[in-house]
Amino acid sequence: MYGFEAMTFNIHGGYLEAIVRGHRSGLLTAADYNNLCQCETLDDIKMHLSATEYGPYLQNEPSPLHTTTIVEKCTLKLVDEYKHMLCQATEPLSTFLEYITYGHMIDNVVLIVTGTLHERDVQELLEKCHPLGMFDSIATLAVAQNMRELYRLVLVDTPLAPYFSECITSEDLDDMNIEIMRNTLYKAYLEDFYRFCQKLGGATAEIMSDLLAFEADRRAVNITINSIGTELTRDDRRKLYSTFGLLYPYGHEELAVCEDIDQVRGVMEKYPPYQPIFSKLSYGESQMLDKAFYEEEVKRLCLSFEQQFHYAVFFAYMRLKEQEIRNLMWISECVAQNQKSRVHDSVVFIF
Amino acid sequence: MSGAIVAGAAGSWARALIKISPYTFSAIGIAVAIGVSVLGAAWGIYITGSSLIGAAIKAPRITSKNLISVIFCEAVAIYGVIVAIILQTKLESVPSSQIYAAESLRAGYAIFASGIIVGFANLVCGLCVGIIGSSCALSDAQNSSLFVKILVIEIFGSALGLFGVIVGIIMSAQATWPSKV
Repeated sequence: MYGFEAMTFNIHGGYLEAIVRGHRSGLLTAADYNNLCQCETLDDIKMHLSATEYGPYLQNEPSPLHTTTIVEKCTLKLVDEYKHMLCQATEPLSTFLEYITYGHMIDNVVLIVTGTLHERDVQELLEKCHPLGMFDSIATLAVAQNMRELYRLVLVDTPLAPYFSECITSEDLDDMNIEIMRNTLYKAYLEDFYRFCQKLGGATAEIMSDLLAFEADRRAVNITINSIGTELTRDDRRKLYSTFGLLYPYGHEELAVCEDIDQVRGVMEKYPPYQPIFSKLSYGESQMLDKAFYEEEVKRLCLSFEQQFHYAVFFAYMRLKEQEIRNLMWISECVAQNQKSRVHDSVVFIF
Repeated sequence: MSGAIVAGAAGSWARALIKISPYTFSAIGIAVAIGVSVLGAAWGIYITGSSLIGAAIKAPRITSKNLISVIFCEAVAIYGVIVAIILQTKLESVPSSQIYAAESLRAGYAIFASGIIVGFANLVCGLCVGIIGSSCALSDAQNSSLFVKILVIEIFGSALGLFGVIVGIIMSAQATWPSKV
């Protein structure tokens, strides 16, 4: 019954919810980001970060630091927190937490398959994979030649198996197919996650519906913009859009026939929640679109913390942490390449 | 005598209810008073406690202050104990000819009602204080100036249990059994 979760939520979820809210208070603030943006070298960044929650993870790194090391250690912190929460969780929270990582699993699968296509070494690719999306037989992906083998050899044992029913073909893997495979898998994953949240009901269903709908709409826009000028037909494009979200079904119909960015803007400005995003961009520009979407996402994620006794705070925390790691990566890259004027182009403040 | 009273009672259910001994009603009332109050207190304490433990890992300073929430929940159980003891002193024996007299029934029902009032008022009070205490612990961990303000809400919540106790005691004060004549 919606509204009465407060009476029983704390039996299984109270401790972990309090833990995740404690983690949230450790996210970097605008003041921290301002300090980091003033840094001259990566060692300065390391010094500033040692005063934050990242201290224990970075203090043992030897002095010529690389940006990849910083990002790797920060991701390690996220993975440690996630694993701690996952091992303490009971059903259905444990299933919910696992759902959050399937997106990373999909990205890792695509990374390895693409890398193998371009004849990279498997070990090198495994190191680049996101740690949250690892599963046991991931290295075997390098052996597969087409999607059917991919499924039969490796993926049938993973949680991604049910998402493959729509995209098994016997064609050999090439760049275009792999992108289509990635988007088809992600679409199936989002829909499955949406259905799972609806089944949970209550505040979780309501808040997660909003967050996942935004994700689905954002992906629809990105797919549209990325496929302008490619060989992807309109029908194929339509097949990649999710079956929920604010844009479903009429927005998708209009987006499917868009041929340039201004048409996309025309479609999106009809939807009041997305109008401010698109009105911030001047005509013909799409670089700032990513940042605008990230800002909107961060705003919605922070709002999910306003309510207590639901699971969406876990999802929101993971996403906010990933945004923070993206920010740190951008700042480190700007500092390392001496381009500090561009630092504020892509940093999204969380609070 | 009792037959004359129940002659006008409609149907066998009404007659069956009136034939239940007032001692039964009183005893159930006393049981509900303490049992359901303790249920409410326990429910409230676990709701607050689980959030308090989790939040105190990152912010250890909140532990001592937020024990007040647990104390408010515990007070609810104490109200239940006090009322149960008062009610059981009101339970007297009457001669068997008087068991179904109107006065006896009245006394029995009064103790029953008093027990239910106190029990359920304390149940919801304990729940209320527990949920607020959980939010209080989480807010205090983020921003310590919020603690006192949320505590005021909790104080209003714990007044609910007190209302139940007051009414229950007034109810039971009029539980006079017929004198042994």
